[in-house]
Formats: sequence, C-alpha cells, structure tokens
Amino acid sequence: MKTIENKEGNETPDPLPSSNRPAIELKNITKRFGHVVANSHVNLKVRKGTIHGIVGENGAGKSTLMNILFGLYKPDTGMIFLNGQAVDVNSPEKSIALGIGMVHQHFMLVPTFTVLENAMLGNEGSMLLKSGEELVLDRLKVLSENYGLDVDFEAIISDTPVGMQQRVEILKALNRGAKILILDEPTGVLTPQETIRLFDILTSLREQGVTIVLITHKLKEIMSITDTVSVMRGGKVVANFSTEKTSPEELAENMVGRKVLLSINKPTLKVGNPVLKVKNVCHESKDGVNVLKDISFDLKEGEILGIAGVAGNGQSELLDILSGIETLQRGQITFNDKTILPYQDWNSKKARDFGVAHVPEDRHKRGLVLPFYNYENSILGYHRNKEYYSGFLMDKRKIFNFVDDLVENFDVRPRSSSISSGKLSGGNQQKLVLAREIECNPKILLVGQPTRGVDIGAIERIYEDLMKLKSKGTAILLVSVELDEIMSLSDRIIVMNQGSIVGETNSSDATELDLGKMMSGLEKV
Amino acid sequence: MLESFQLIISLLDSTIRIATPLIFCAMAGIFSERSGIIDIGLEGKMLLSAFVAATATFLTGSPILGLFAAIFASCSASLIHGFACITNKGDQVISGLAINILASGLTITLGIALFSRGGQTPPLTSEQRFMPIEFSFLDQMSIVPFLGDLFVEVIAGHNILVYLSVLAVFFTYYVIFKTRFGLRLRAVGEKPEAVDTAGISVIKMRYQSILIAGMLCGLAGAYLSIAHGAGFGREMSAGKGYIALAAMIFGKWNPIPSLFACLLFGFLEALGVRLEGVELMWIGEVPVQVMQALPYVLTVVLLAGFIGKARAPGAIGVPYSKEG
Repeated sequence: MKTIENKEGNETPDPLPSSNRPAIELKNITKRFGHVVANSHVNLKVRKGTIHGIVGENGAGKSTLMNILFGLYKPDTGMIFLNGQAVDVNSPEKSIALGIGMVHQHFMLVPTFTVLENAMLGNEGSMLLKSGEELVLDRLKVLSENYGLDVDFEAIISDTPVGMQQRVEILKALNRGAKILILDEPTGVLTPQETIRLFDILTSLREQGVTIVLITHKLKEIMSITDTVSVMRGGKVVANFSTEKTSPEELAENMVGRKVLLSINKPTLKVGNPVLKVKNVCHESKDGVNVLKDISFDLKEGEILGIAGVAGNGQSELLDILSGIETLQRGQITFNDKTILPYQDWNSKKARDFGVAHVPEDRHKRGLVLPFYNYENSILGYHRNKEYYSGFLMDKRKIFNFVDDLVENFDVRPRSSSISSGKLSGGNQQKLVLAREIECNPKILLVGQPTRGVDIGAIERIYEDLMKLKSKGTAILLVSVELDEIMSLSDRIIVMNQGSIVGETNSSDATELDLGKMMSGLEKV
Repeated sequence: MLESFQLIISLLDSTIRIATPLIFCAMAGIFSERSGIIDIGLEGKMLLSAFVAATATFLTGSPILGLFAAIFASCSASLIHGFACITNKGDQVISGLAINILASGLTITLGIALFSRGGQTPPLTSEQRFMPIEFSFLDQMSIVPFLGDLFVEVIAGHNILVYLSVLAVFFTYYVIFKTRFGLRLRAVGEKPEAVDTAGISVIKMRYQSILIAGMLCGLAGAYLSIAHGAGFGREMSAGKGYIALAAMIFGKWNPIPSLFACLLFGFLEALGVRLEGVELMWIGEVPVQVMQALPYVLTVVLLAGFIGKARAPGAIGVPYSKEG
C-alpha cells in the first residue's frame, strides 16, 4: 500500500501568486475498502473563498473523499495540497491544525453534554474546565454574533433541535479556527426555513473568506448556493461545472450516467371510497410525552396521502400504530369495515391480514434482518403463507421460485436470492422491502421515508412502483421528511407538528414555503 | 442505651474498613466505564494486586514497595484488557472475565510455587503493613460524650489507605467533572466519534482511563493484603470487585453516590458479621449463610427495581472503529 508522498518530493515553485492558488487541491486520490474502490484517481480543485458543491449518488465516494481530506481515512495513493502546499493529513488533529473543519452528516456531538461543552471539545482553552469555559464562551459569543449562529450555550444537546445542533457543529469548527469548512449533507434534517438560514450563514462565512465544500444530493441546493460544482460517480469525479453554466438536468444526467426523469407521471385516477379512517387517535410515549394529539384523517382507494413534517413530530408513532407495532391507546381506526378500538388485540400479523402492508422508515431496524439472505428477507412477515410450504416444512425451492421473480421484476441488484441483504446498497435494500410489501397486493400501503439513503436511479424506480400500485387502486400513506417527494407524489398532504395535524392541502395548491411554515409550527391553516 | 450506641459505633467502624476496597474499585470502575470500557475485571485486578503486594512486601520488607508493585501489577492487567478490547476491539466482558480467571489461578499457582503454603503468602509483621495511624491529640476528644467516641472509634484509627480511599472519591469527582481530561473522558465514553473528529485520539484517552483504573485497583488490592490483612489468602477478594461494580452502577457512574453505595454495602456486610449466631425476635437464629448473602441479595433487588433508570455511558462496551 502506498501512502501519501512526502512534502520533499514537491518543491517545485508554484508560478501563481498565493491568492490564486486553490485553497484545496486533491491529486490522484485512491481509496479502497477491502475490494471496494471508494475513490479512484480523484482530482479536485476548490478556489479560496468559494462554495464548492459535490454531488453524486450514495456510494459515489463523496463522503469518503471528504473524510480523507479531514484525515479520518488514509488514502492509498494521492496527495493533498492546501493553498499550494503539499500536506500530509493523517489525522483529524492534523487537519484541524491546518484549518479544516467538517460538519458530518450524523452530528459528532455528545448528546449528554451542553452546547458549550460540545463546542469547546478539543479546544477547551485550559486544563481546568471553569477557566476554559469562560475563555471559550467569550470567543464563541463573538463568532455566534458575527455569523448569525445563535445557540443556547447552556442547553443539553439532546434537548436542542437539529437546526441548533448543526449550528453548534459549525461553531465547533470555527472555534478550532477553520478556514475550510466541509459540510456533509447538511440539509437532510432541516426544514426549508432552517435551510435558508443555514445558507445565509454559509454566505456570510464565504464573505469572510472561508472556503466551503458542500456535499449534497439535492440539486436544487447546489444550484442556489454553490459557485462551482463537481459530480462524482462510481468513485470518480466525472464532471466539473461552474454552477451558473449548468442545470439540474445536466447534473442529474452526470450523476446517474444516463438521462433521468426528474418529474413524475402521476396517473390521474378517480379516488374511490375511504379504506382507512383514523379518528381522534392520541398516543402517549413511554416517557409520558403526548406524541400524537387527536389525529383524524381518511385515506381513499387509489389515493396517495402524504404526511409532511420534520422528523420526530409523531409521524413514526402514527405509522407504528397503523401497522400494528404499537398498541392503540385512544381513538379508533377503521380498515374497510373492520374497526380497531383502544387496547384491542392489534399486531402486525393482524394488520397484514387486513391488507395493510408496511415499508418501515428504518429499513435496517425493522424492514430487514441484514445478515439474512434475500430469499429469507423477501418472505419475512409473510412466512406463514402456505405457498412456501411443503407439509409443515418450508420449501426452499418454492421460496426461491418466488424470490427469483421478485428480484427480477423489481430490479434488485445484484439479482440474487442467496446474497445476504446487508451486502446490498441502500437503494436495493429499499427496493427489496418495497417489492415484498407490494407483491402481497395490499389494500393499504404504509410507506415511511421511501427514499432515505437511496440513489437517484433507484428513487426513479421506487416512484414508478408506487405509481403503478396507486393505479391499481391501492391506498398509499406516505410519510417523508423530503418535501419535494411529498409534493410530487401525493394527491393530498397533511402536515404534522408536535403530534398534531397542523394543516391539510391538495398537493396542487401546495407551495414549499407554506408547507415549511406549517412544519415549523408557525402557521395553522 | 449505651450498649446499643457502642454497637452502632463498632458497626460503623467495620463498615468503613469493609467499604475501603469497594470504594477504590468503584472509582476505578468509574474511570474505566466513563471512558466506554466495561471493567468487569476489577475483581481480578484487585486479587492480583493483593497477591503482588503481599509477595513484594514479604520479599523486600517494605510496604511502600509492596504498594507500588501492586499498582504495577494491576496496571499490567489493565493493559492486557486494553490490548484485547481497545487495540484489538475484542469483547470487553470476555476480556474482563479472562482477567478474573487468570488472577484467580495465577495467584494460587505462584503462591504455591513461591511459598508452599497452599496459596497463602507468609504472614507479615506489623512493620511490613500499613498500620492504623495514631493521632495522639485525638485522645482528648474521647472526653466529649458520644461525638468524641464517634470520632475516635469511627473516623480515627484507620490505616492510611482508608483515608486515601476517601481522597480517591474527591479526586475522581474533580478529575471527571472539573478538568479538560475529564470532559474528554466523558465524551469518549458517550460518543467516541465526537472525540475523534475533534482531533483527540480515542485510543489514547481510553488507555489513560484504564491505567488510572488500574492504579486505583492496585490500591484496593494492597489494602486487602498489606493493610487490612497481614498477608494474602487465596481468593481473598471474595467477590468485592463485583460488589464494587454494583455499587458503581447503583451510584449511576457518579463518584459521590457510588461512595454511599459502597458504604451501604459495607454496612450490610458488617451487619451480617455482627448478627452471626444472634437470636432475632420471632425469627430465631439466622444461619450465617443468609447473612453473608444479604449484600448480594440487596444488590440484586436494588439493581432490579429501586435505582430507577441507570443510564450507562452511551458508548460503553462498543469498540471504536473508524472505517465501518
């Protein structure tokens, strides 16, 4: 294995004046994990004081590349230059010293610590906390004011909203003196309003000469805030653009490697009778929090009802109750003609018997048993079905016949029934779960976050499948934190905030801004 | 009245003697587990260091050298634990159990090989032990009724390690909650990724923590064999490491509450010893075994129901690895 070459090999004087040298330059970076090549001969240049976007599908190597720049991973080959100087970034300690800060997709914050303790971690100012805290707090207050990063320094992280957690991460990086800021999928958890706020912060950081690298899969964001953009696919940088000279279509085409349909053909279809009636459902969590407050809605045949909202506002609990994972505590639910009353015997087997299929929000926790093979996962929950048995033993041949067709029809790659599901990409895992739930011809399909961590190519396919199901008359309840997805798939949208339904609208009338306001609880409609 | 007062005084006195090794071990556990490393090997480290303390003291004649040898032995065991479960990402419970089994067998084997006394070390003279410290000025205190007795009998007249154990509690509290090192240590036990991305080595932090734990266990072991006792006897730790672990959990990984949990367990054991052979009202004479089992039964009951949610450090038991 070759490691980064030494500084000494690179003493050729740079003819450019230092201000014109790129703040970041990556040359020929290759990184393998076992047999998987995550980055292959990647070259990248980012000018100082600009916002540079990196787009690509999941597994395209964006995060790996940035983790290399941040010193978390060691590249197998290649060199890193900062302001024209070759540097050896072999640990986060080194990269932080060189002025690189990174805000990870999953925040690197200690949930039991205060905001201040988190922001100072690694640069505490003193051996003793008390004197250090005073010192750092002064510094942080200045930064916080300059860039509009307002946070509550006393609050415990686990009590703060994700938007604030993200600002803490940025503060933490600035506290370490970051001149280069890497943000990995920063808007995934934010409401549209918080996203706008984040972009304001990033813009003012750019004005102060901070160089920003933004990793995202949301093309709209790339178009709205970046100066330049690189597209990654299969571990390689396949294209570089100046943002003003490109378009979302062009970026998407480069990401996937073929033309992609970004819009959805919604079958126009007359909706039928209500098949699911939810009436006055309330739910109290184990900690005694009212997570659902008086939820009522109807879902009709052939209709897609979208539930929008920031994660953690009761959507998950609603799905859990409807799918039989949680007991109903108050209110009533009617599936066609069968009614469920509070504390009645209600479980996921019964739900399936009623024709309710469920694609869970967390496919790793609830959708699949990752070490199981595809053929096992494909019948999970339907394993009592007589088709799979010979006598009282499961018949592997029958199962294989079914699953071989399933992976073929739903384009699960690799097309194998006997590969462990944990080895599939996120998109293909999701296709497998969806295939299993669609294949049983449900009357009602509950879908949670269908495209979380899923590539554009697979998203296209998943949307297609959902539309096909809709045109067969299945009623679909779609829970998603992706507003675009809710707006383009649903016929009708309800918005949840803090356990209540705060708004309902037809998707044709909905605008992102209005929905965003409702999601943050600012406005009732 | 006076008799029962005397009884209470002597109970409290033995409570403190019994609680001392528990306190050292509980603090050791806090250092280790707050950094994310389960320390079920407290028992083994204590046993090993008790043996090493007695042996080194017997061979050199100096309890100070014995104490350092004990700390060295205990830290070595910590390093084995660290090598297995920090460097090589092994299972922390298995590694801890291995240390316990190793200590149990090794001390007896070495004891027999060295001294041929069935696993015991030769008895130590009082010069070779940490003896109770006499405070001459305190004798006048005993004139004061009750309070004076309490002071002279309970607080005074212990060996240096007893006082050191109380200091260890405040040391632990101060280091964990008031210093930069403590902030990082707690962070590494809650969310090692946060520490790593802040440019601090997770591995180094965890090794430092378990080494401090090793030192504290060494003190506990030395207390058993060269301060409280006068030599090493086989299996002399007798489950104290596990009781200390229980006290630490009972104290929710916080030094001060853990101290009180140790004292409570110490008191129960003292009470058990005291009640041996005593006729109790209605019940009659309670078998010795029941009394000996009392602290363990209480531990189970307390852990099962009464302490509420004991929230362990977030990343406890999980080896840290960067690349998936």
